[in-house]
Amino acid sequence: MSKRVGLEASHAAAEAAKMADVDVIAAYPITPQTHIPERLAEMVADGELNAAYIPVESEHSALSACLGAAAVGARTFTATAGQGLELMHEVVYVASSMRYPMVMTVCNRALSAPLSVWGDHSDAMAVRDTGWIQVFCQNSQEAFDMTLWAFRVGEDSRVLLPVMVHFDGFHLSHVTEPVILPEQEEVGRFLPKFHYPFALNPDKPMTHGAFGPPDVYSEAKIAQEVAIRESKAVAIQGFKEFGDIFGRYYQLVESYRAEGAKTLLLTMGSFSETAKIAIDAKKKKGESLGLITLRLWRPFPFEELRQAVKNAETLIVFDRCVSLGGPAGTVASEIRSALYNEKKRPKVVSFVGGLGGRDMPVEDFEYIVDRGREIAEKGSKELSETVGIRGEVTGIRG
Amino acid sequence: MAAKRLKTGSDFTWQDMEIGNVVTEPGSAALRRTGDWRSQRPILDKEKCNKCGLCWLYCPDAAIKPLEDGYYEPDLFYCKGCGICAKVCPKDAITMIEEEEK
Repeated sequence: MSKRVGLEASHAAAEAAKMADVDVIAAYPITPQTHIPERLAEMVADGELNAAYIPVESEHSALSACLGAAAVGARTFTATAGQGLELMHEVVYVASSMRYPMVMTVCNRALSAPLSVWGDHSDAMAVRDTGWIQVFCQNSQEAFDMTLWAFRVGEDSRVLLPVMVHFDGFHLSHVTEPVILPEQEEVGRFLPKFHYPFALNPDKPMTHGAFGPPDVYSEAKIAQEVAIRESKAVAIQGFKEFGDIFGRYYQLVESYRAEGAKTLLLTMGSFSETAKIAIDAKKKKGESLGLITLRLWRPFPFEELRQAVKNAETLIVFDRCVSLGGPAGTVASEIRSALYNEKKRPKVVSFVGGLGGRDMPVEDFEYIVDRGREIAEKGSKELSETVGIRGEVTGIRG
Repeated sequence: MAAKRLKTGSDFTWQDMEIGNVVTEPGSAALRRTGDWRSQRPILDKEKCNKCGLCWLYCPDAAIKPLEDGYYEPDLFYCKGCGICAKVCPKDAITMIEEEEK
């Protein structure tokens, strides 16, 4: 029998790693991710989890140790946030290019400066081109579920890629919510033993990480690009299998009360649940409105997104990240690009908000829907507006 | 008119790449001529050489080969011309010369 317990998202992720029976954990504590390695270290020390826990001196070393573990075919887990992910950055590329499956929880955190330990999506967006599969969670249950799913998809012999599971620092990482924990036997059915086909083995020597001169590098990158694009089919299959065993079905792009809606709001992560309350309140007043949430960020679900928004007149995209000197809203920019060549497409309006842990209450989402419609109707000189900014901002991106 | 396909130096395709670019046959580096970007090469003076083998020991790329007569010889197919062998030789038996000085 599964059981329903109170867990914060961080501990839910740690429970999932434990139930996935990970072999190696290498992580360096950083706010707001600290509770994950702390809990896993406890599990290993108490003998609840038979894994090698490698204490390291930095995030760069944490992920480097994970490369070594994955190279011998160990089920590998790490977790980080914000500056930690930045310090890992060069190794992040190596893990995906060398096709080492592993799971990394990222408790999304803003980037310095000014120094901020609080949440936004800057860290996730800074690694969007690194070739990792990236998935976003809305609540603690999903933090558990996506972690299991991440092992299942990343380790699939058709995929062999590392997966980042994102959830919002503090707004989710430290929030205790009811979580349904499955039976170990169910997890075993969902997640078979990991067999890495290129595991290093002295009896059958091979070279990992060879040099790629100019006549090889392009081919290597395209092979990697095809691999991550094709992983989408396995991601969908993984969600189906997950639902069949655990009863919760997920999708790459999710719609909430969006059928026939003229205006759609698009969000990612835990703020989606706040946005849902705003959608409910406005729909009660008879507004033609719905919510779209992007669960899968990489590989970007182009077809699913186009299908989800094609009949809307206005698509309001909410970003928790700012592309400085660029299009402002990172997600909005990608969505504009994904829809640009479509014959029938909604007007895209971009809002940036919730930066560095700034809260976005229900009324803020109600505001961006109203303001978004206004911009769609009358146009705006700005490519994006920042929610709740004090002081007038004009003419920056005219 | 359809664009002509571009030609590049090699004929293998991206589909020919192993997953993660692993090289499943070890030792294949010896087959690649990597000595061709050398700018200096070591010249051994057998008169001075006392067969101590330090050049062989210190060569970072295993490009110094022991010979049957006890002397050592740089493998110019593979040697990158770093000059470490010349530096460590206690008898100054190895001299680095510019590649263009034939």
